[in-house]
Amino acid sequence: MAGSTLEIKDLHVEIEGKQILKGVNLTINGGEFHAVMGPNGTGKSTLASAIMGHPKYEITGGSIHLDGKDVLEMEVDERAQAGLFLAMQYPSEISGVTNSDFLRSSINSRREEGDEINLMKFIKEMDGNMDELEMDKNMAQRYLNEGFSGGEKKRNEILQLMMLKPEIAILDEIDSGLDIDALKVVSKGINKMRDEAFGCLIITHYQRLLDYITPDKVHVMMQGRVVKSGGPELAKRLEEEGYDWIKQELGIEDETVGQEA
Amino acid sequence: MTVETQQLPFDKQYVSQFSEKRNEPKWMTDLRVNALEQADALPMPKPDKTKIDKWNFSRFKHEAEGQTISSLEELPQKIQSFLDTEKQDQNLVIQRNHTVAYSSLSQDLKDKGVVFTDIFTALSEHSELVQKYYMTDGVMVDENRLTALHAALMNGGVFVYVPKNVVIEEPIQSIFWQEDDEAALYNHILVVAEEGSSVTYVENYISDNEAEETVANIVTEVIAKGNAKVSFGAVDNFAKGTTTYVNRRGVAERDAQIQWALGQMNDGNTVSENVTYLMGDGAHANAKTVTVGRGEQKQNFTAKIVHYGKDTDGYILQHGVMKESASSIFNGIGKIENGASKSNAEQESRVLMLSDKARGDANPILLIEEDDVTAGHAASVGRVDPVQLYYLMSRGIPQHEAERLVIHGFLAPVVNQLPIEAVKNQLRDVIERKVY
Repeated sequence: MAGSTLEIKDLHVEIEGKQILKGVNLTINGGEFHAVMGPNGTGKSTLASAIMGHPKYEITGGSIHLDGKDVLEMEVDERAQAGLFLAMQYPSEISGVTNSDFLRSSINSRREEGDEINLMKFIKEMDGNMDELEMDKNMAQRYLNEGFSGGEKKRNEILQLMMLKPEIAILDEIDSGLDIDALKVVSKGINKMRDEAFGCLIITHYQRLLDYITPDKVHVMMQGRVVKSGGPELAKRLEEEGYDWIKQELGIEDETVGQEA
Repeated sequence: MTVETQQLPFDKQYVSQFSEKRNEPKWMTDLRVNALEQADALPMPKPDKTKIDKWNFSRFKHEAEGQTISSLEELPQKIQSFLDTEKQDQNLVIQRNHTVAYSSLSQDLKDKGVVFTDIFTALSEHSELVQKYYMTDGVMVDENRLTALHAALMNGGVFVYVPKNVVIEEPIQSIFWQEDDEAALYNHILVVAEEGSSVTYVENYISDNEAEETVANIVTEVIAKGNAKVSFGAVDNFAKGTTTYVNRRGVAERDAQIQWALGQMNDGNTVSENVTYLMGDGAHANAKTVTVGRGEQKQNFTAKIVHYGKDTDGYILQHGVMKESASSIFNGIGKIENGASKSNAEQESRVLMLSDKARGDANPILLIEEDDVTAGHAASVGRVDPVQLYYLMSRGIPQHEAERLVIHGFLAPVVNQLPIEAVKNQLRDVIERKVY
């Protein structure tokens, strides 16, 4: 088996004193695409943010390991340097910092001092990836996410994914706010990443993204836990029948944890 | 010596001798002497929320010679770094203490009637022109004690004159280098852009006096006639020992534009006023300032645009970073006078705090005496946004570097507007030095 392994065990997470995740278990191996699905308010985005180390989320129990290394002991930048990546649902806007400078700093942060990426190589690679994502070239010189439309922000997240080439990527609702054409373009970019080493966790509450990116495994989250796992056929059934049958099967009345952060 | 430290050791005789020694026209000698006579009776300026009565405005040396140079290569590297040295035919004045060390203006601009020279040469060669605008429309001699002292003791500066319809493409640049640690700079910058003309002017103030005390009392007047366009960039970088009072004033006539980009990077106590009068209909002013405060430094910044003409547009942006025990007040004032209908006043003041001991106040003020106008303001004082840091760090950028990116980004509006690449880089370096 190639690539890295991200192992989440019995993860408990709070935000502002409110318990959101109540024991999540999930293992993603290099080469695998996993989808985490579920209605709004079930803790999906909290899972993504907790893995990356968002300052608002407090881990109250459980563990996350990347290739045996304790992720929860790492600072946010160390998690990225170790090979994790999160395509965010709401990327920050940073005025005065160009997209291109930001990307170059990010790439160089994963390289040794004195081994910074060659500028020409960087530009060539960025141009190629921007073409792939049908992004306007002037976006490289615009300030990071500032004034970007929702769709532009999502493409920009995937551009970063393609440039940074992490071991394991988490895509948090990357499809929300995208029209069908943009969805196809973004999916094409993500599929291009697929190889035997790259692992991916796709968080979505729409099945439609999975029409373009076929997951190897599908997990359903409710009440802050993974309540059901299966193959791609599970996503199909969810599309056709919705979530109610799972709730009935498991005797769940209210699937939410009360508050989606 | 008495205990009254703010009393100056300069009398009428000294001032008139100083003037005569420089062969100044009589009107200038009279202006100096009158100003000195008024100074004692005038009050000190009263910047809002900053007490300046204990600041040093009296201990300094008024005259200091500087060496002239015949080629820019004779300058030390730290001064050369402000110049785009590979460019030929630069329009440049370098003032070293109170001596013009270097002065050049392209033949093409001379032929077009452009004047760009030190203020003393201007007084002897263009006396009437200077007299017409010198402390008449912009800053008045009797506004306060410091403006009067400025008029009495003026000991440096430049005069820029752009004739009607002359458009200067390349920026013109002044460097004011206070090489003598005790030398005070009473610098006067006068920029007159005639109708339909256009000019970009950039200046740098540099000193190294960490321990020695001195004073900088600077008055800048920019007169933009009908439809003229003046773009004014500055990087102020006086060292810790200099107390600075800098008054930059613009007067924009009909359809004229004045754009300020001020990097206010002094290390000593500073009062900075930047005021633009939009006199004519359709006039436009844009005042962008950035600053970094550090150490025990106290600073007070006022950016003010006063609308007299109809359909005038004023935009103020003040961004400040405060660290250690630095304290700064930012007053952004948009004033729309009665009759200035259809005018628009916008302002934004933001302060980024890097320490618990630092203090920063952002005071956006709109004074509106006309109904048919639009106006808006935004102000904030806060720390570096932890969610922004999280975003940058989530791509592998270490916290220190992430903060650096956010701070440089926050100060970018002025950096990016400076038209000379070398000055832009210098401002970036100064920011880097002051923040880290």
